[in-house]
Amino acid sequence: MVQLTDTQLDRYSRHIILQEVGPEGQDKLMNARILVVGAGGLGAPIGLYLAAAGVGSIGIVDADVVEISNLQRQVIHFSSDIQRPKVDSAAEKMRAINPDVEVTTYKTYLNASNIKKIISGYDFVLDGTDNFATKFLINDACVMSGIPFSHGGILRFDGQTMTVLPGRSACYRCSFRQPPPPDAVPSCSQAGVLGAIAGMLGTIQAAEALKFITGVGTLLTDTLLSFDAKTMHFRRVNLKKRSDCPLCGDNPTLHELEEGERATCDLSM
Amino acid sequence: MKADKFEDLSGVRCPLNYAKTRMHLASMESGQTLEIILDDGPPVRNVPGSVQQEGHTILCQEKHGNQWKVVIRKA
Repeated sequence: MVQLTDTQLDRYSRHIILQEVGPEGQDKLMNARILVVGAGGLGAPIGLYLAAAGVGSIGIVDADVVEISNLQRQVIHFSSDIQRPKVDSAAEKMRAINPDVEVTTYKTYLNASNIKKIISGYDFVLDGTDNFATKFLINDACVMSGIPFSHGGILRFDGQTMTVLPGRSACYRCSFRQPPPPDAVPSCSQAGVLGAIAGMLGTIQAAEALKFITGVGTLLTDTLLSFDAKTMHFRRVNLKKRSDCPLCGDNPTLHELEEGERATCDLSM
Repeated sequence: MKADKFEDLSGVRCPLNYAKTRMHLASMESGQTLEIILDDGPPVRNVPGSVQQEGHTILCQEKHGNQWKVVIRKA
């Protein structure tokens, strides 16, 4: 039997009156543990919406400090936060929105030796990182640990996201075998991004996390959703879990996490 | 007839009155009844309809002054 205080009932009333969510769904959210990797452009809306939704325990990982160039899109950080660790700045806003949520900060970069420990115990992981090495690392660690996650990436006017249920749906490596060579990745001077698309993509990822926890609807599994904000065209590409995937296929060849080289680009999404 | 559960939701605005109604219904067994008091105006125009949309039955809806007594049977 779900117990909510009058204040919680009021705070979450717009969830509770949704037939598909209701008191039970809100209770699931309040007992959920979700990890957000990156407190940047994607992590900002993700962190804010997960906290607002009352997700019981939220972890946030980022080693950077807030810079003035972040503020054009990383809406969880304010001008007064410049030079503060991003995780501290983000956690403060999340707690201010909703004092009920427990926020755990990890002021570090994820790497092959710390990622499994950090993600263990979380129900869902959101990738809001800015480099392919970490995206592959998150994919590999989550698949090996059986933790569902949302992949997300933005650049210029484009965004893409997919949701992975390890062992059940296509993983990132099923479609993208390995990180692209460094010279194929735009250099910093080329890698602009329209600020608002961080919000567009991050909120899609946050919605996927809330849907996963509450069991509502259909996830973006086996589907790469991408958009071009210049035309506002959205496209869905069907993906298949590959039996020859080196990670989640029938005869996997990847058994250890690879220590990829983090891209040098300082886009700090 | 006395309902199995009762809450006076007079003075409680939309949609909190409906959220509170849903909380009660979620905690009840099928066939049990819930009596609520709703204000005239938006509350009584909205809550009973939403309850019905979820498949529950409105057994009675009567006006008493500026308030309404509504009895719901859980589906």
